[in-house]
Amino acid sequence: MQRIGVFVCWCGSNIAATVDVQRVAEELKKEPGVVFSADYQYMCSESGQNLIKDAIKEHALTGVVICSCSPRMHENTFRKAAASVGLNPYMVEIANIREQCSWIHKDKATGTEKAIILGRAAIAKVHLNAPLIAGESPVTKRALVIGGGIAGIQTALDIAEAGFEVDIVEKSPTIGGKMAQLDKTFPTLDCSACILTPKMVEAAQQEKIKIYSYSEIDEVKGFVGNFSVKIRRKARYVKEDICTGCGLCTEKCPQKKVPNEFNMGMDNRRAIYIPFAQAVPKVATIDPNYCTMLKTGKCGVCSKICGVKAIDYTQQDEIVEAKYGAIVVATGFNPISPAKFDEFAYSQSPDVVTSLEYERLMNAAGPTNGTLLRPSDGKHPHTIVFVQCVGSRCDGAEKGKPYCSKVCCMYTAKHAMLTREKYPDTDVYVFYIDVRTPGKNFDEFYRRAVEEYNVHYIKGMVGKVVPENGKLKVQAADLLSNEQLHIDADMVVLATAVEPDPSARSLATKLTASMDTNDFFTEAHPKLRPVESPTAGVFLSGMCQGPKDIPETVSQASAAAAKVIGLLVKDKLVGNPCVAHSDELLCNGCSSCEKVCPYGAITYSDKEFRMPDRTTALRRVAAVNPAVCQGCGACTVACPSGAMDLFGFSNNQIMAEVDAICK
Amino acid sequence: MQVENKEFKPLIVAFCCNWCSYAGADLAGTNRLNYPADVKIIRVPCSCRVNPMFILRAFQRGADGVIICGCHPGDCHYTTGNYYARRRMTALFSMLDYLGIEKGRTRVEWVSAAEGQRFAETMNSFVSTIISLGENKRLEDLRCKTK
Amino acid sequence: MENKANLKEQILTASGVNPLKCMRCGKCSATCPSYDEMEYHPHQFVYMVEKGNIEPLLQSESLYTCLTCFACVERCPRNVQPAKLVEAVRLAVIREQGANHLKPQDIPALLDPDLPQQAIVSAFRKYAK
Repeated sequence: MQRIGVFVCWCGSNIAATVDVQRVAEELKKEPGVVFSADYQYMCSESGQNLIKDAIKEHALTGVVICSCSPRMHENTFRKAAASVGLNPYMVEIANIREQCSWIHKDKATGTEKAIILGRAAIAKVHLNAPLIAGESPVTKRALVIGGGIAGIQTALDIAEAGFEVDIVEKSPTIGGKMAQLDKTFPTLDCSACILTPKMVEAAQQEKIKIYSYSEIDEVKGFVGNFSVKIRRKARYVKEDICTGCGLCTEKCPQKKVPNEFNMGMDNRRAIYIPFAQAVPKVATIDPNYCTMLKTGKCGVCSKICGVKAIDYTQQDEIVEAKYGAIVVATGFNPISPAKFDEFAYSQSPDVVTSLEYERLMNAAGPTNGTLLRPSDGKHPHTIVFVQCVGSRCDGAEKGKPYCSKVCCMYTAKHAMLTREKYPDTDVYVFYIDVRTPGKNFDEFYRRAVEEYNVHYIKGMVGKVVPENGKLKVQAADLLSNEQLHIDADMVVLATAVEPDPSARSLATKLTASMDTNDFFTEAHPKLRPVESPTAGVFLSGMCQGPKDIPETVSQASAAAAKVIGLLVKDKLVGNPCVAHSDELLCNGCSSCEKVCPYGAITYSDKEFRMPDRTTALRRVAAVNPAVCQGCGACTVACPSGAMDLFGFSNNQIMAEVDAICK
Repeated sequence: MQVENKEFKPLIVAFCCNWCSYAGADLAGTNRLNYPADVKIIRVPCSCRVNPMFILRAFQRGADGVIICGCHPGDCHYTTGNYYARRRMTALFSMLDYLGIEKGRTRVEWVSAAEGQRFAETMNSFVSTIISLGENKRLEDLRCKTK
Repeated sequence: MENKANLKEQILTASGVNPLKCMRCGKCSATCPSYDEMEYHPHQFVYMVEKGNIEPLLQSESLYTCLTCFACVERCPRNVQPAKLVEAVRLAVIREQGANHLKPQDIPALLDPDLPQQAIVSAFRKYAK
């Protein structure tokens, strides 16, 4: 018989307001095996923990039940407290009487009654608990960063700085991401490329960083400290180690009509291309969708012109398999297409552009070499209308994204300001719902756009845009003056919502990392663990976790790096002892468990057994590798003979809980 | 919106996976979303840990309804556990009628860690289904009854 | 006061609109083709109903200058559906007056097969004053 102590927490008034904690403690004292019972204001506080520790020592407790908040909150706290006085930490069970009782019930009698039942279930379970000892597993001292934008680059640089090997996997031919496409950055207006490209070069030159550009993740196996990842290096039909990046091929290629994705399709590139001048690695890539040689077998201009013979039309995708201790997801974002909002006429007129397209039109390396010209006729626009919140803050997936995209207010202010600065004869209107400028020097920046640069900020929304005689007829509401405006604009710029990169969803499945309904990766805790995914060993960096600007992205990137370093410096990780185990005497060797195990943790081998008639027989039985088992319990249900069971959540323990609840 | 019922207090056992649904239940609590106290949650590592035996035991001991909550398909922390749970429960539920348990008394629902609202709504709707079905008398083993 | 609250409740029930969903972007008024004909504009309808300030709306000609074209419903990012609210206020006027000058038996003669059902219903209410 266990000697059980019950500790009921008030959690200030959080629990005590709707649960009569004293009565819970008294009632649970009557349960069999309970030798001690107490209630206290804050069990998680130091004095609360001391109360538990003293009771364990004084009453020689063998099991502890704590009626408090969710085990997801303080299970570890209480297990550590128990361990510090010599009680096996897995002899502690939590009855969740806050999140699942006091906070959802208003009636004190109901709450108290439920709390007692939950406490009884926990006591019933503790009776069947057995001390567990966690296994240890080694840590591979190398990190993988998925995505080579500013988030991925910063994370990789910080990890490499601490002395660990890092691989960056980037799906496009160059690292740099969206930041490489930007012109200036708010609120300082420093040139984006000027601050990004040195970091890209640093990443390329840092000995500890290996860049897999034009590569994707095929498969992820393993667990924290021991991931095994298959990286698909897509065929770029150019030998990366030989190509000097001279760019001659990109000038001579006869296929000139390929939309240039770096300039948002507003100009063309060749079928063999280097995305932009400062690309890292600066290596040409052949686009198989457009290359005449790859499609028809007739051409070969680039291979003839290449001085170092780097072109290889026979190249195949290559799979690299590598081991990592930690994985950082930095897959970034894309602006949504405004095509579905037909009131803005994005598909009807080339002069209606998204903000990222506008960014390229302002950029010295863009399709117009930095002169602001209308895409339709190449003339200077004189009236520009900016529309905010296009596809953001919408109700339901049909309308758009429910969240605020966070960066649009500031980059629109930047665009408006830069336009007025370069072309003071331009009239600039910004239609806003709210101007959201929480950030250092952000509101000052926005006020400067209004006060110094005379940008017309109008509270209201644009209702429709009609292309007519080379102009864009903009109909909008000015809510403050309560009138409808009709503006003849030359250009309309849509601040479209951001959304996670489409590759993120399948990556999340491979990583078994969870996502929210908008396909942003969820963090382990929204406040206290913002850079970790709930899946151990997977960390989050940048926009893949939620909309954020460059300073925030860099902060999160460094934070993720710090978490990775903290993991990689460890020599061994203490595993989860709540793993499956097989009773060899019951196992009938059917392989059912082996088939359902998602981790391949179960192996079969022949073993000699003494039979009742004193002969020996060879029987095929299952064995679980505790280092690989993650403790899901799929095998325990699949096992027809009941040989397989799970430590910490055994069949008997769950049955005891069911019985206690159904009493 | 809490389901109000004065006469019949059903006994409902909910098996919630540790990673999604239990966290979703916690979130429902954190957001102070009400659902009836008749629901008692048992934490399991994954929905695939739920042995059909547990469900039968619950009914035998007088439970009026059993609900199994797991991660959304494709989101399982253990990759495929919820698919196993879905298949097992489909098989089990198809036989429950034969045992004398109406279809509505069992349910499998997917609730993610971010869906506190959905958890509360699911529990409210399940409880009202059970209330409309009334007490589970047909399978209850009277020998298990202590009261 | 009670009557006022009842009226708001009646309008919200009839329209199925929740004005609290409005984020005050004004896209309804921006998109409205008969904006200049209206004394109270679509966004004001939403705001005034939310605040329970319905009396001026009942008196206003704006009720009948709304074309019920549903552009505001289509384009509202928050699914507030201002046109349905306008429709509900019209209905409130009709209920208050208790009279119906457009006879149902007259309708078949006025029918155009291309006319959407919603427009027929709204016309019925509009000219039933």
